[in-house]
Amino acid sequence: MRSVTEVREPFRARLRGGVLAAVALGGLLGGTARYALVLAFPAPGTAFPWTTFAVNVSGSFLLALLLVHVCEIWPPTRYVRPFAAVGFLGAFTTFSTWMVDTDRLLGHGHYTAAALNIFGSLFAGLAAAVLGLAVGRLTAARHRRLDARRGRARRYGRWAR
Amino acid sequence: MIILPAVGAAAAVGAVARYVLDQYVQYRSPGAFPRGTWLINVTGSFLLGLLVGLGARHALPEQVVAIGGVGFCGGYTTFSTFSYELVHLCDKGLVGKSLLYAVSSIAVGLAAAASAFAIGSL
Repeated sequence: MRSVTEVREPFRARLRGGVLAAVALGGLLGGTARYALVLAFPAPGTAFPWTTFAVNVSGSFLLALLLVHVCEIWPPTRYVRPFAAVGFLGAFTTFSTWMVDTDRLLGHGHYTAAALNIFGSLFAGLAAAVLGLAVGRLTAARHRRLDARRGRARRYGRWAR
Repeated sequence: MIILPAVGAAAAVGAVARYVLDQYVQYRSPGAFPRGTWLINVTGSFLLGLLVGLGARHALPEQVVAIGGVGFCGGYTTFSTFSYELVHLCDKGLVGKSLLYAVSSIAVGLAAAASAFAIGSL
């Protein structure tokens, strides 16, 4: 039972109209981009779903890279994360198609392709996220070095190292 | 091609549903394990399996499957957050949670998709 002294903000206070609009706009663009790619590179019937694979792996790389920039490099913003991370990349990539495609491959007896789809996407997605984090952190470290150099230059004159 | 804007709009609705549900789960039961994304991906896999099953056996129009499946379910579920959360949990030293998250998402998600497809094509 919740204690009577506990003050808790209501859930609705967490939701902001502008943030929801940013998620919706990002989702609109991300979903449209994925569907356009699926139309351009269709995976017919029981073929290996390369398009979804590529979308998911590239989206994982971009999300990790973006989140390092949002959390460690760029000044704080309100709409970048809801628009680009939650909205665009969240809707661009898809988990449900990954599952249903695997089920279809299993249903047609393509067990190797099904296993390849599950483990290939999982490990390629993980590797892409690790790579995105690594690239983002290298950039963050470079920014910190440049900032430190600029700070010294301000303090001791332009050509001081 | 003509339904491209409708698929995009459905993806926008799916993305907002994902954001609101994830925030709600974090509000109700905060914790390191990404329960919100887990629930979203499993329920979305069920819904897509159902739509694809209905389309395959009961002639649910292809456009409805595209708008509801590719649009809504695709926008609702997410792979990028899933893989980011796996790496993020390992980063925090919670390797066991990360492993449990991966295995349970895939096992339950696949079971949800398969059973929903079976129900849809009954």
